[in-house]
Amino acid sequence: MAWFLARRAMALAITLLAASLVVFCVLEVLPGDPALLILGTGAREDTLAALRASMGLDRPAWERYLDWVGGLMTGHLANSLTYDVPVLALLAPRLAVSGPLALMALTLAVALAVPLGVLAAARRGRATDTAVMGLSQLGVAVPNFWLGLLLVLVFAVGLRWLPAGGFPGWEAGAGPALAALALPTVALALPQAAILARVTRSAVLEVLGEDYMRTARAKGLSHAEALWRHGLRNALIPVVTIMGLQFSFLLAGTIIIETVFTLPGVGRLIVQAIGQRDLVVVRDLVVLLAATVGVVNFLVDLSYAVLDPRLRQGGAGGRDA
Amino acid sequence: MSPTASRPTARNLGSALVALVVAAACTVTATLADPRPARAAPPDSIVLGMVLEPPHLDPTAGAAGAIDEVVYANVFEGLTRIAHDGTVLPGLAQRWDVSDDGLVYTFHLRRDVLFHDGTAFTADDAVFSLQRAIDTDSVNAQKGLFAAIDSAVALDGYTLIVALSHPQALLPFNLGWGDAVMVAPESADTNRTAPVGTGPFRFVRWVQGDRVELDAFPDYWGEAPALKAATVRFIPDPAAAVAGLMAGDVDAFPNMPAPESLPALEADPRFTVSVGTTEGETILAMNHRRPPLDDIRVRRAIAHAIDRRALIDGAMFGYGTPIGSHFAPHHPAAVDLTSLSAHDPERAKALLAEAGIAPGSLTLTLHLPPPSYARRGGEIIAAQLAEVGITAKVIPVEWAQWLDQVFRGHDYDLSIVSHTEPLDIDIYERGDDYYFGYENPDFEAVMADLRVTTDTAARAALYGRAQRLLAEDAVNGFLFQLPKTGVWDARLRGLWTNSPIQANDLTGVSWTE
Repeated sequence: MAWFLARRAMALAITLLAASLVVFCVLEVLPGDPALLILGTGAREDTLAALRASMGLDRPAWERYLDWVGGLMTGHLANSLTYDVPVLALLAPRLAVSGPLALMALTLAVALAVPLGVLAAARRGRATDTAVMGLSQLGVAVPNFWLGLLLVLVFAVGLRWLPAGGFPGWEAGAGPALAALALPTVALALPQAAILARVTRSAVLEVLGEDYMRTARAKGLSHAEALWRHGLRNALIPVVTIMGLQFSFLLAGTIIIETVFTLPGVGRLIVQAIGQRDLVVVRDLVVLLAATVGVVNFLVDLSYAVLDPRLRQGGAGGRDA
Repeated sequence: MSPTASRPTARNLGSALVALVVAAACTVTATLADPRPARAAPPDSIVLGMVLEPPHLDPTAGAAGAIDEVVYANVFEGLTRIAHDGTVLPGLAQRWDVSDDGLVYTFHLRRDVLFHDGTAFTADDAVFSLQRAIDTDSVNAQKGLFAAIDSAVALDGYTLIVALSHPQALLPFNLGWGDAVMVAPESADTNRTAPVGTGPFRFVRWVQGDRVELDAFPDYWGEAPALKAATVRFIPDPAAAVAGLMAGDVDAFPNMPAPESLPALEADPRFTVSVGTTEGETILAMNHRRPPLDDIRVRRAIAHAIDRRALIDGAMFGYGTPIGSHFAPHHPAAVDLTSLSAHDPERAKALLAEAGIAPGSLTLTLHLPPPSYARRGGEIIAAQLAEVGITAKVIPVEWAQWLDQVFRGHDYDLSIVSHTEPLDIDIYERGDDYYFGYENPDFEAVMADLRVTTDTAARAALYGRAQRLLAEDAVNGFLFQLPKTGVWDARLRGLWTNSPIQANDLTGVSWTE
């Protein structure tokens, strides 16, 4: 197990190093001068030079790269070029929006998808199955930004139950903040739930045909009991794999959904930062997102071990001995 | 041109969606809505919507129009101020005297002005503010405004003497720009995130990515504003902007991002739709360094190929005033020169033939920045050029690319952009340094005369001459003046209809009920 952990940590570190190099190089060759963007077309050359110098952009690229990576390792992040505040100070309130949004969407997606998927599998071929599969087909087909607009039209513009967009901040109280996140969560979760429900259904169907399920029924468990005690756990491995993959899509989804609902989250921050050539913010965010995806994949690997004792024993026994 | 003014919006949803939202919103509202009109805020406050979030809040250290749209006249004030009709009014300077040679301005400052941190505004602060703008390490985006200033000294606590190296008739106007607002030495370095000014509203907080909150400053020197508080929300997506208004989350969008939504909003009695003027001359820029655009016959051919009416109808949904030169048509000194470049495809073809260009043999690049006037306008211009046998290769770019490749790199043939700074006809004297690379000693002489002429009638004549020179030389394709299209709650009064500078001056805004 320790070896497994060390190997995964090393892979993560190499991934992050590669990501940092790639993002730095891309930002170097990308046309666009942050100083010119800030000062605009009326600016004079001496003013632009003064601003570039104050941003440290007049130094050689390798020096800036080493400074940045060194800063990342020691936790000293530079100031955003446009906002002129430390990246962490900029990021923290954004994470307080995107984090809960992604987690709530994931939770809602799982809470909807797993029971529906199991139900559809248990009632294979019957009306319930057809209904669940039909709905999930619709969910897969509907793009989340369109769903978002539709929800706004009905619940914000029409019924005025919930705000059409924006975020009052957690300091305004959990009620208003959650109200602001409600529609985005649903818009983000439903397409994810649709995919998960389909995966759950086919995974459970596969498990239903296994020998141990027949044994379980033979020793007297009811269909539902057998499914609950033996089937679901075995079916979860593919479901968790897909959830891990979907997490990256969820991050990409928040970029779009945050734009539709004008939420001040990480997704909009990164879009804005790219447009404004805020190199400092973009490179830090890309590394952060890469790290998040890496960590989530790592957790998915770990969860296999929890779900499947064979992997746990094999991994620990074989390598540590 | 302020990439700033009408800069990038995440317009990935497209205008079709905006139209869909408006149409659907009207339907849904009709069927579901509570008839009681919603209001985003209590009656003594307002929620304004803006497309772009400012990068920071210090108007003396950035070109972004969004900075001024939040803080100008609200948080920060200058020695002079520019009113809604473009006239120059006294600001923190009650009055000023000019020496006979036009080289020395004496500003008499108000004595009752406090900064929001409680310190008094004196001539020393004014000297500091001007000195900071003209210093060698100044990061003022409009340093050129102060180019004539030789020195600024405080004669006493409330008298400021500004000495010029050459007469500058526009000095009081220039000092009314957001880039020339008065700041205090103690807070100058932190104004980017926590602005401290002398205006009727003080900064409360900025939730980055979402909103800026302001409240009334109780010790303001002037008449207290009717509003006690204001929130400015940043909504980049046009569909979300419409939804925000419809849902009552936002009271006013002084610059509505989606012109296609205006007819539907106009039909809704809950809203006032206002169409006014801006200082944005939208042009088809031509790169004079690139043959055959150095040939006046080719440039004139391009100018005659353009059908401004079709362009305004197609790209701007009918909003916008045709222009024939680089000058705002509502300015008293404007001359209508559109007839010099009237739509005439036959004449365009004849001019091309005269220049030795066979039909279909000329291909030009057309770089289009993100605003919809450029992207949509570019498609229409490309079609109009095709009618006279010119192929325009459309290249969409983001602002960062546009600034780098077109504006600084001069690597383009044609481009569409709106120049939003007021009275910016002087950009045509920048010669080869400037992106279109126009050089004409006659024009430069007119500009030199303008700098030292103070008489209004004489200035108007010079402006007229300058406009005519640009139109005759067909320096660029002159398309239309960008409109200011605002939408707000019908019960609101006092928002600016026109936009002589980029600002949302809230001092005169109130609710009628």
